[in-house]
Amino acid sequence: MYWEPDKECMDREELEQLQLERLQSTLNRVYAHVPFYRKKFDALGILPEEIGSLSDLSRLPFTTKEDVRGNYPYGLFAVPLREVVRIHASSGSAEASSVVGYTRNDITMWSKLVARILVAGGVTKDDVVQVSFRYGLFTGGFGLHYGAERLGASVIPASSGNTARQIQIMKDFKTTALVSTPSYAMLVADTIREMGIPVSALSLKYGLFGGEPWSEKMRQEIQDALGIVATDNYGLSEVIGPGVSGECLERNGLHINEDHFLVEVIDPKTLQPVPPGRTGELVVTTLTKEAFPMIRYRTRDLTSLYTGNCPCGRTGRRMSRLVGRTDEMLIIRGMKVSPSKIESLLFEIEGMEPNYRIVIDRKGALDEVTVLVEAAGEPPFGQERRHVGSAVETIRKRLTHELGVTVDVKLVEKKVLETADGKPIRVLDNRKM
Amino acid sequence: MLRIKNVESGYGRLKVLKKVTMHIGAGEIVTIIGANGAGKTSLLRTVSGLIRARSGEILFDMKEIGKLPPEKIVFLGCSLVPEGRQVFAPMTVKENILLGAYPQYRRKRGDQVRDDLERVYGLFPRLRERERQLAGTLSGGEQQMLAIARALMARPKLIMMDEPSMGLAPLVIKDIFTIVTKLRGEGNTVLLVEQNAKAALGIADRGYVLETGRIIMEGTAEDLLSNREVQRAYLGRDLDAEGTM
Repeated sequence: MYWEPDKECMDREELEQLQLERLQSTLNRVYAHVPFYRKKFDALGILPEEIGSLSDLSRLPFTTKEDVRGNYPYGLFAVPLREVVRIHASSGSAEASSVVGYTRNDITMWSKLVARILVAGGVTKDDVVQVSFRYGLFTGGFGLHYGAERLGASVIPASSGNTARQIQIMKDFKTTALVSTPSYAMLVADTIREMGIPVSALSLKYGLFGGEPWSEKMRQEIQDALGIVATDNYGLSEVIGPGVSGECLERNGLHINEDHFLVEVIDPKTLQPVPPGRTGELVVTTLTKEAFPMIRYRTRDLTSLYTGNCPCGRTGRRMSRLVGRTDEMLIIRGMKVSPSKIESLLFEIEGMEPNYRIVIDRKGALDEVTVLVEAAGEPPFGQERRHVGSAVETIRKRLTHELGVTVDVKLVEKKVLETADGKPIRVLDNRKM
Repeated sequence: MLRIKNVESGYGRLKVLKKVTMHIGAGEIVTIIGANGAGKTSLLRTVSGLIRARSGEILFDMKEIGKLPPEKIVFLGCSLVPEGRQVFAPMTVKENILLGAYPQYRRKRGDQVRDDLERVYGLFPRLRERERQLAGTLSGGEQQMLAIARALMARPKLIMMDEPSMGLAPLVIKDIFTIVTKLRGEGNTVLLVEQNAKAALGIADRGYVLETGRIIMEGTAEDLLSNREVQRAYLGRDLDAEGTM
């Protein structure tokens, strides 16, 4: 099953022609409308019209998350704000976040791409899709929602949180497809077990998960626990949100929507392309975005490109499931813990990215991890205090569960996390190695 | 059917087209919209071989035609309906039409020419009525029909039309565009260059926006029609005056 067969199964040569056409017109537009890109191209002495092939792309400069943040909020928009119909922002408090915009055409295109991924993951217009991604500034909820509506499925905008209620909905509304982060799916599975609900009481068939790296082992657990076929999909708000790539039911790599995104995989140290099959950092260039085109965005996500065709018939190249992030991993009691994983979990639990700090100490031979989370507003009293206590407990449980390392969580006042230069310190490693 | 890659061309020292890359699939109607002087006509003239591309590839039916003379290109099945019709005023309608059958004569297929003439008369009954009339005495719309009829006599696979609606009354424009749709219905592929972007996008499958010799946008006709920049610059909509859409 395909959503746009003429695009998803396009002849390679035709696709490359289309990619070049779209790359050139995107470059012409960003050069004319986004001073940031014009300055960068000028500094390198490159005119858009010098790009005559897809491989010429490597002559262009990269764009980083810092570039996006440095142009907060609208500096990288390629159209006037009045043409923008939607604004999302990635995690991060105020000025540290990436703000992205969409024109009406962008929203239509985005919905179609998400519909492709849903169809590839087994969803049809007859499904009841429960979107348990958080709605709001984060692109996940709205991205999947619009895609599922476009497909014609019945969409339940459940958002995240209140898992017991979600399970009630899942059971009563006869949800057939769950859309969420994989860790939320695990939580759902655990909660169902705790509530004593048999999986047979649910109508779930498919799960489409994304937003964070997850292992094959985790997939197996989710599939077994919920009795579903679980597929992985990928996207990020700086590029569009969900809809960049997704697995088909073969589950052997994520098909990239290559008619809309040009991807490269580079060595994050040398910045040179790595051959297919080798792991490196994914770099994405948008080919059709109007409001927020992106040239060579360094995603900081680690993946590799597959060669060869997929039995499903889609011709878009595939990327491996994410194997991690380019940022430093912390080794705690021998376990690899990624600060960005903690960040995304906090984001998921809190609904926005709280100010936080990960503190690691060594007591005797043991590493101890404490996550300091900034409390919003005044310190709570009485009844409220108990409520907050349970929220902290939820975070503690969740982080410990997800990371496989016991984590302590402390709520602290705002000033505790303040630093002299205003730059947050996310990781404080007090261990003497 | 037609695949253009990085084509640059111009007149003398003036470079008009800057790395133009585009394609037209068999059976499509594709339109190129753009302001005066954007390079639309130059692009058609380059594909037709009337001006030589300085660099880049032009593949027609997977064959490189960039260095062929115009008559060879027509012979391969790629015909141009030029801007301003360019009919031969002192000749009759029928003589004008038959001039277009030149490639068929070369192939010594005189009988086929008669069939083709019948076919274009079927498409344009008005031209049959006026076959003995001098082309110069026709109305603008009729001259445009004549120019199209003449191009069809070469049995093209791809018809390129340069501003067919220019100088015509709205009702006549409608007729001409109906004919374009009909041609596609008969299996032709059409590349349409128009300043009347609204009418062109109304019948096209896809379009390209050409600005100062560069393609700045590619998309389905639907996408281009709903693009605000296209609306403002080429569809004559004053979005500020409209307030909310």
